[in-house]
Amino acid sequence: MGVIYVLITISIIVAVMFFIAFVIAVKRGQYDDSYTPSVRMLFDDEVVEPSPKKNKS
Amino acid sequence: MKEQHCFHCGDTSKVYINFDKKQFCCNGCKTVYEILNQNNLSKYYTIESSPGKNPEKIKNNYSYLDNKSVIDSLLEFEDDSIQMVTLYIPHIHCSSCIWVLENLNKLNVNIVTSQVNFSKKSVRITYKKEFITLQEVVVLLCSIGYDPYISLDDSKKSTSKKDYSLLFKLVTAGFAFGNVMFLSFPEYFEIDEFWLNMYKPFFRQIMLIFSLPVVFYASQDYFLAAYKGLKHKIVNIDVPIALGILILFTRSVYEIITDTGQGFLDSLCGLVFFLLLGKFFQQKTYDFLSFERDYKSYFPIAITKLVDGEEVAEPVHKVKKGDRLLIRNEELLPVDAILIKGEGYIDYSFVTGEANPVRKKSGELLFAGGKQTKGAIEVEVSKSMSQSYLTQLWSNDVFSINKQEKLETITNAISKYFTLIILLISIITAIYWFVVDKNSVINSVSAVLIVACPCALALSAPFTLGNVLRLLGKQKMYFKNAMVVELLPKITTVVFDKTGTLTQREESDIIYKGTQLTEEELIGVKQTLRASNHPLSRILYDHLKIDAEKKTLINFKEIIGKGIQATINDINYKIGSAVFVGATAGNINETNVYISINETVKGKYVFKNQYRKGVISVFEKLAANYKLVVLSGDNDGERKYLEKMLPKQTALKFNQKPVDKLNYIKNLQEKNEQVLMVGDGLNDSGALAQSDVGIVIAENVNVFSPACDAIIDASKLKKIPELLAIGKQTKNIIITSFILSFLYNIVGLSFAVTGQLSPIIAAILMPLSSISVVVFVTVLSNSMIRKYLR
Repeated sequence: MGVIYVLITISIIVAVMFFIAFVIAVKRGQYDDSYTPSVRMLFDDEVVEPSPKKNKS
Repeated sequence: MKEQHCFHCGDTSKVYINFDKKQFCCNGCKTVYEILNQNNLSKYYTIESSPGKNPEKIKNNYSYLDNKSVIDSLLEFEDDSIQMVTLYIPHIHCSSCIWVLENLNKLNVNIVTSQVNFSKKSVRITYKKEFITLQEVVVLLCSIGYDPYISLDDSKKSTSKKDYSLLFKLVTAGFAFGNVMFLSFPEYFEIDEFWLNMYKPFFRQIMLIFSLPVVFYASQDYFLAAYKGLKHKIVNIDVPIALGILILFTRSVYEIITDTGQGFLDSLCGLVFFLLLGKFFQQKTYDFLSFERDYKSYFPIAITKLVDGEEVAEPVHKVKKGDRLLIRNEELLPVDAILIKGEGYIDYSFVTGEANPVRKKSGELLFAGGKQTKGAIEVEVSKSMSQSYLTQLWSNDVFSINKQEKLETITNAISKYFTLIILLISIITAIYWFVVDKNSVINSVSAVLIVACPCALALSAPFTLGNVLRLLGKQKMYFKNAMVVELLPKITTVVFDKTGTLTQREESDIIYKGTQLTEEELIGVKQTLRASNHPLSRILYDHLKIDAEKKTLINFKEIIGKGIQATINDINYKIGSAVFVGATAGNINETNVYISINETVKGKYVFKNQYRKGVISVFEKLAANYKLVVLSGDNDGERKYLEKMLPKQTALKFNQKPVDKLNYIKNLQEKNEQVLMVGDGLNDSGALAQSDVGIVIAENVNVFSPACDAIIDASKLKKIPELLAIGKQTKNIIITSFILSFLYNIVGLSFAVTGQLSPIIAAILMPLSSISVVVFVTVLSNSMIRKYLR
């Protein structure tokens, strides 16, 4: 059962690593703008061809 | 049939321009479409329909953007080949905007990247400085309808970063809370199992390590606040909290070191986590709003200076006394100056609240903040910006006072008594156990202080207020912080500004009095008006809903300060003041435009400021409980109308300068009135700062608003009585939830005084009380807002 020392230590190290990763992410400004990236990822990169006209509302 | 809309901006128009099988309301919109289409950016129109903005004719001259020191003050970053700038663009409103602005490099290859921050409505552009200048970038943005708004405020170059310290503290506490809970789980069941008993000390030591950052980092705000409070001899809510944390920690450390128990580290971490969560929830910020604006946000960053007849762009803060400046049409005068050349038609509505432009002759003094509305003028600076009449208002003390420091929050008011009672109970407990069993004195007294730690109490107010702020924000009522909501129930007097607040800024109610004009005459009048740039002419021109083809005017003359005249088809039209057309002048305080045709006076147009919808009902609702005042910078031409319209007891004050408004409110406060000021412009900023709660009414919440406590969309003006009622109800909800959390404390105390508080009871009671209080206040405040605002 001595392995429990190892397991708990590893689990805590992993947890602390995630914690540090989060802090770094916040400090680098990844949470400064939480809206724009969600829209940006929906844009396609393709070259626009003359496409059929979209209906106006 | 479907209604027709402009393909670009979505506006309706009488006449459409057909181009590329699409309809456009004007040439401007068509041009933007052409630019985007040529550059393969027509996808702009498929992401959202009609995303564009009608590009106004380039009204701003960006020539100042080639001045080195102006550019330097705007740039965020610069190296040998590139420059980076962040521009604020109020028009950003949809995903098409993001798309087109992030594809600027397709419009001009010299733009390296552009990145939009949607919530701040800004775009950060990096461009090659050898091939394109900042001015060209800005003009490019304007050409596709995205005019950046550049003001003196931008020149500070401060890229203020968000303060994340509270988030870090919250995350630290949450992280520790989870892990400590996890590690103390075996102990909750008190299993006397061999293996578990063997690891107990190991688990406990890890828990202790986890709780160290919670006590020494995450909860430092509470210790600081408690210390500050005690220094000022105030027992605020932080005192019992800090005491609780301290006792929890020392007792846990003692138990773990002496191996007598597991301590209360799980409750400790949970407590700090929930408290910080409450704080975090209360801190609602709106990226796109600024509650701290002063005159700098309105002023241009640079101005055209005349040096030996040459036009030179000069940063505003470098303008000195004696400089010659050129102020173009629609430009704002940033300094006090003397008019030298040209006709001044200065619109002071922003500074004084006067609705109509003032005519100035050469040699007269012009005050900073006025906007020239007709043609270009030349002025000589009489005072530099920092000494001008307008900016001096900002040196008034009220702008440096922090309103919140005066406020005693409900929580702190109650915690005074709360702390006293707790201390009393622990003393009684100590005496009792001293008599009965000396060994358990420390045990039970520390238990009392642990249980009494007012977690649920401290959470009630932040969660209620935070929730109310959020819900009001959804209704386009944006509050600076939770304190403002707490101040609302104390209000006794409501003061309104007139121009821009009760009235709409642009539209005026126009009534025609006199002989009915024939259609031909109306067309003639409209054609005559078309040629004039006078603001009243423009309003009247828009008001006359009649199609007038463009015809050549013969003998058109504009006589400044009097009126205009023209001849069409041998009919002589004269439009202007009473003297000009030869009519007898009526009430001089009314704004009248007289019409005469072939030298016979036909009648006059009377301009009334148009009042916003619901103004009367707002006053009627408020009249029962509040004293009402209308403070106006305008003349008293509408006194009679207002007296008739508003409840009898409403006090009306006219011709109030910004300082008069400030002093008026100060006077009210000296009579122990708590004042709510509702205003809109710079002219109210002194009054807004002086009042207990200053609310700004904004047509467009994204653009201008002076420093204040809350910004409300203009359409919500009618909800002000409800807003005050919400303030009162919120207070009631907080008090009810206090009672609930007291009940929890009593239950906990009954365990503590009898010496039965085990770690597991503390670990259950603490989160249970906190969560149930949070749920309670959230449900109540949600239903309250629904009741008032729907």
